[in-house]
Amino acid sequence: MPILIDANTKVICQGITGSYGGQHAKGCFLYGTKLVGGVTPGKGGQKFAIDDHASVPVFDTVAQAVRETGATATMIFVPPAGAADAILEAADAGLRVICAITEGVPVNDMIKARAVLDDLNAARPESDRITLVGPNCPGVITPGPKSGTGDKSSDPYTKSGCKIGIMPGYIHTHLSESKLGKSVGIVSRSGTLTYEAVWQTSNLGLAQSTCVGIGGDPIRGLNHTDCIRLFESDPATDAILMIGEIGGTDEILAAEYVKKHVKKPVAAFIAGRTAPPGKRMGHAGAIIGGTEDTADAKIAALKAASVEVAMSPADMGQAVMRAMRVAVSA
Amino acid sequence: MKVHEYQARELLVSFGIPVPPSMVIERIEDAREAFAQSTLGMPKPLAVVKAQVHAGGRGKAGFVKLVKSATEAEDAARFMLTHRMVSPQTGPEGLEVKKLLVASAVDIAHEFYLAITTDRMSRRNVLIASREGGVEIEQVAHDRPEAILKEPLHPTLGLQPFAARKIAFQLGFKGKQVAQAVNVMMALAKLFEAKDCSLAEINPLVLTPPDDANPPHADGRVVAIDAKFNFDDNGLFRHPDLQRIAEASESEEDPSEVRAHKAGLSYIALEGNIGCLVNGAGLAMATMDIIQLHGGKPANFLDVGGSASEQAVTEAFKIILSDHAVKGVLVNIFGGIMRCDVIAQGIVNAAKEVGFKVPLVVRLEGTNVEAGRKLLESAKANIPTLQPATDLADAARKVCAAVA
Repeated sequence: MPILIDANTKVICQGITGSYGGQHAKGCFLYGTKLVGGVTPGKGGQKFAIDDHASVPVFDTVAQAVRETGATATMIFVPPAGAADAILEAADAGLRVICAITEGVPVNDMIKARAVLDDLNAARPESDRITLVGPNCPGVITPGPKSGTGDKSSDPYTKSGCKIGIMPGYIHTHLSESKLGKSVGIVSRSGTLTYEAVWQTSNLGLAQSTCVGIGGDPIRGLNHTDCIRLFESDPATDAILMIGEIGGTDEILAAEYVKKHVKKPVAAFIAGRTAPPGKRMGHAGAIIGGTEDTADAKIAALKAASVEVAMSPADMGQAVMRAMRVAVSA
Repeated sequence: MKVHEYQARELLVSFGIPVPPSMVIERIEDAREAFAQSTLGMPKPLAVVKAQVHAGGRGKAGFVKLVKSATEAEDAARFMLTHRMVSPQTGPEGLEVKKLLVASAVDIAHEFYLAITTDRMSRRNVLIASREGGVEIEQVAHDRPEAILKEPLHPTLGLQPFAARKIAFQLGFKGKQVAQAVNVMMALAKLFEAKDCSLAEINPLVLTPPDDANPPHADGRVVAIDAKFNFDDNGLFRHPDLQRIAEASESEEDPSEVRAHKAGLSYIALEGNIGCLVNGAGLAMATMDIIQLHGGKPANFLDVGGSASEQAVTEAFKIILSDHAVKGVLVNIFGGIMRCDVIAQGIVNAAKEVGFKVPLVVRLEGTNVEAGRKLLESAKANIPTLQPATDLADAARKVCAAVA
C-alpha cells in the first residue's frame, strides 16, 4: 500500500470546466485515475467529456459530488481568488485528500484555510484526518504498471495507478517494471525538478512508490517531515528522496526527523546553492527565518543526519542508489 | 515591488497611524512652501528633507538633510534634485532623484521598532516589537535576542487588543501612551491584512517628550517616523491601488525584469554569460546550480512558468539575448503543464525574429517531447548554433564548453 492514494481512490476535480482543470482532468483519466466527476458552481448537471466515448458528471457543489460519486480525493484548479474557499469546501464535504494545484494563492488566505483544517483535524482520530497537498504543487502520483497507450478513455495508461495532478505519467515506473525491484518515495517542493528526479530514478531501474509535490508556497499543507513519516511506515517504499530548496526551515526540520526516526535510506537535493540572497526576504522575515534558510545550511543539516546529498541536480538518482548501497552494507 | 517612503506614509495615514506633517515635492521652488507647511506652529521650525529613491545609504550620501529654514530647505532640494545619488546600494552610476519628502522633525524621547510579518514555521502572522528601534533590527536580534518581543496574530481573528496591550506594557509604555501604542499596533495589523502585506514595518516608532501644554499629549505622542512595506505578490490582484504603485515603481527597476514580468515570466538578471530558459522555479535554480558546478556562470534565472504561450517563450528568448554578456543559451524543459512542442515552436520563432548567433543547447523532456524534438529537427537548418542535449548533465557540459 503506497501513501495517500492508490488505484482505488475516487477523485473529483474542482474547476473541471476551466481550461487547465479540464486538460488535467482528462490527463488523469487517461492515465487510469478513477476520476469520477467534477465541480463547477453553476454548471451542475452538465457532462464533462473525456473524449467521444467517456464523460464524467459535473456538480454544483463538492458535497453533492461526494454524495453522488463516493469520491474521497480532489484536485483543485480553482483560480487564486477562490482557491482557499475551494479547499475549505472540499474539507467540509468530507474529502480526505485535497490536492491544491492552483498557483498564486494569497498567503493570508492560506494562513486562514490551514488554521481551519488544523482545527478540524485536531478533533478527529488520525485515521479520519484531512490531508492537504499544496497549493502551488504538481500533485500526487502512485504509479501503476503500463497497460495501454493512455491516448483514449478505453485504453488508459495503467489499470492500477492513481495520478492526481499535472505531472506527466509516463516518466514514472511501477515496481513490477523496475529492473532493480526497489521503490523510492519522492517528496519535493518543486514541480519540474520532481519530474527530473523521477526520470533519473526510472532510468536507473528504480520504481516510485508515491511521489508527492508539496508545493513551493510558504504556507502549505503537507511538509517534508509529514511525507517522510508516511514513507517510513509505508511497506511499499524502500528508500526516500527529498527535494528541497532555499527559504524556510522545512528541510532542517526534516533532517532532524530523519536523524531521530528514519531507518530507511534517504537521499536529498537542495536547489538554489547559487541563488543570490535577499531577493524575497524583508527585514522582519530575516529575524524569524535566520540563517537556516540557505541551501548550505540545509545541506549541512541533512549530512549531519546521514542523508546522502546530491550536490548536482543530475545526481539525484545516483544519490538514491548510494543511499541504498550504504544501507545494505551497514 | 518597492514602495517609497512617502507612499508608505500615505498608507499609514489611511489606516489612522499618526505621522509627522509632511509634503512631497518634485520642484526646487516648492521647497520653501513645503518647509512652511510641515513646520507650521513649531516654535523652532525644523524639518528633514529626504530623497525618495529605492536605495539605502541616503544619509551618508547627503540625501537626507535636517533643515532649519525655508532657505536651507531650498538648498537641500536643489542639491538632491540636480545630483544623482550614489551609495553602496546604487552602483557607481547612481540614481536620479525625482521626488523629495519634506517632513517636520520630531523631538524624540524614545525610539521603538514595530513590525508584522509572516512566520512560515508557525504558519501565523507575527507582531515583532522592540524597545531598541531606529537601528538595524537584525543586529539587535543577533546580539540581544531577548530584546525582541514576538506575538503571534490569531489566524482568523487577527491581532487582539489584549495581545497589543500586553506588548505595549512590555515595551514600557505608560499612562496615555499605552492606548496610542495599542492603536498603532491594531491599525498596523489591520493594514497588514487588508493590503496583503508580507512585511509591514515601522522603524522607528517614536515617543515624543511630554507636552504639558497639550493635555492629550501630556505623556508624549506615539508617532511613526519611517515605514517599510513588502507585499505578497499573490495578493496583488485584489489591490488596484498597489498595482498602480507597482507600475509606477517599474521605471526604477531593471527594464528586463519589468519586461519579463509583463510577459508572465519570472526573470532575475545575474552576472554570468550563460542565458537560461527553464520551466519551474526549482528546476531553474537547479539549472543555475549545475552550470556553476560545470565551471560556467548563469546570466539569469528565468522560469517560463507552467502555462507560457509560444509568444511568451519567444519574448523570453528576446529578453535573454538582449543581455549582451550572454555568450550561450541553455534551454532546460521538463514538460508537465508546459508542452515541449510549445517551447520548440518558441525557439523556432525566436530564431526567425532575432536569430541565435550564440550557441544554443536544448534539453527537452516530458509532455509532447517527441513533437518538440521533431519541430527542432526540421528547423535545424535555420538554427545552425543549436545542439540538442540528452540529459541535464549533458546540457550543462555542452553549454559550458560552448562558451569557454
